[in-house]
Amino acid sequence: MTAALSIQGLTKSFAGVRAIRDLSFEVPKGVTTALIGPNGAGKTTVFNLVSGVYGVDAGTITVNGVDVTHMPSRKRIGTGIARSFQNIRLMAHLTVLENMLVGQHVRNASLGALLTPYRLFPNHRWKVEAREALAESGLEAWADETVGALPYGVRKRIDLVRATLAGASLLMLDEPAAGLNPSETNALREHLKVLMGKGITLLVVEHDMHFVNSICQNVVVLNFGEKIAEGPLSKVRQDQKVREAYIGSEEA
Amino acid sequence: MSGYLTGVLVVLAFNVMAAYAVYLPLAAGQLNLGIAGFMAIGAYASAFLTNEYAWPMWAAIPVGSALAGLTGLVIGIPVLRTHGIYLAMATFALGQVISAIFLNLEVVGGAAGYPVSDYVGPNGVFLAAAGVVVLMLYLSRTRFALYLTAVKSDPTVADLLGVSVRGIQVAAFALGAAVAGFGGAFYAHHYNFVEAQHFNVLLSVFTVLYVLFGGTQTVWGPLVGAAFFTLAPELLRASDQWRYALFAIFIIVFMAIRPEGLVTTSLLRFRRRKNTDGAAAASSEAA
Ligand SMILES: Nc1ncnc2c1ncn2[C@@H]1O[C@H](COP(=O)(O)OP(=O)(O)OP(=O)(O)O)[C@@H](O)[C@H]1O
Ligand SMILES: [Mg+2]
Repeated sequence: MTAALSIQGLTKSFAGVRAIRDLSFEVPKGVTTALIGPNGAGKTTVFNLVSGVYGVDAGTITVNGVDVTHMPSRKRIGTGIARSFQNIRLMAHLTVLENMLVGQHVRNASLGALLTPYRLFPNHRWKVEAREALAESGLEAWADETVGALPYGVRKRIDLVRATLAGASLLMLDEPAAGLNPSETNALREHLKVLMGKGITLLVVEHDMHFVNSICQNVVVLNFGEKIAEGPLSKVRQDQKVREAYIGSEEA
Repeated sequence: MSGYLTGVLVVLAFNVMAAYAVYLPLAAGQLNLGIAGFMAIGAYASAFLTNEYAWPMWAAIPVGSALAGLTGLVIGIPVLRTHGIYLAMATFALGQVISAIFLNLEVVGGAAGYPVSDYVGPNGVFLAAAGVVVLMLYLSRTRFALYLTAVKSDPTVADLLGVSVRGIQVAAFALGAAVAGFGGAFYAHHYNFVEAQHFNVLLSVFTVLYVLFGGTQTVWGPLVGAAFFTLAPELLRASDQWRYALFAIFIIVFMAIRPEGLVTTSLLRFRRRKNTDGAAAASSEAA
């Protein structure tokens, strides 16, 4: 079976500083995988390379069997990969519901869809679908609010829900639990389990090891842009290199 | 209706069309400072076809509009590679170049101007402006309008979500140019005379000002902005010769206090919420 994501020999420098060095790993379909490592290890950079925010210096990226290494960033979502953002990137002047509609774009990309006056219909299927997705995460009450003014935890979840609306089979989530309170974190965990139940593969960057432990079957550890360990969290935790990388950090 | 009032309303109709021509690209974050040039293309093309080839107006006007739109498309593709102040300067220069070309084009009268044969009355102009407003209201209900805001808000994320950022920007720019050409063509046939000097920088800059004043967050902003800028100086006409200065000071103070313009999404939302709250209160009283 082809992997949901396969990365081979990935390398990327910023102004001469090597952020990612010869990185290779796979995310098999259905295997919830965590990408962990200390601050600045290069986790977000991996997401940026896979989604196409930056071009690679070397290496290949394959999504669901399709080589996306040199594919324009705009086209990559069509191969079944969507992402959320560590620093929350919602369109601040749009409402929550409108952000969801932008998230649906890839499945409604025809000229006809572009020019459909959906706002004239209170129960247009796009809006109904977006509201249902929000309701699944208990966010439907915020649907008509402008995003800019919402609390952090709510925006964090909305950023994730928007990513799910692309209908992707692989979701890359960048620190989805960061800044959430314990009850929000529990709700997030339940939400991710629902997504996994739907057959969606998750690649999660996360610092909260309890959270990682509760949902991830496989863990890839990065340090200074290199993979230093891979395997189940219980094994990886015993690894000497991992322990050294995390010295001073309370979690590992 | 008095001749004076009709005259003012005709000017308003032209200003409304121009305002939406600027609004479309601006909603996607692109400032077009050369809108007068696209109006000139529509005006001269339609005048030329009716004068020289005896085309009926109703065929010449859409062709003038389409030519302006096509020019916007062809020029927009390279020009929209620039951003911010560079885009403003590029479109500014473009407007100047287009108007300079017509100024030197002897087949359309050159600097002496170009008389136009077919006449369209005030009602025709009002109908044209109403048509533009209806088209804009329609577009504001679609994903196209949604993507204009998305592209302006965060082009990187819009791109990652699969939206063609360049496609949306070029489409908005070209459609704006077509609207400008449409208005320009009506201008030619209403006043029965076009001269390149009319389509100058000041016209472009004033139009941008209407739109910024009205606000770019909602589709109503350009309409309100154009109405205010056209009607307010007329209402102040009775006062003294300082009216333009007072008006300018008012604009400066207003934009400092409310840089997002007069009509904003939160303003519309607030009104809507007040209405629904009122309805809820009424129904609970009934129960
Ligand atoms: N656009 C960029 N320009 C220059 N350097 C960058 C850029 N993006 C990332 N880097 C550098 O690459 C390295 C990896 O950064 P990255 O954001 O991927 O780390 P991370 O593992 O996500 O860290 P964190 O846990 O803090 O989010 C850092 O040294 C960072 O400064
Ligand atoms: Mg990061």
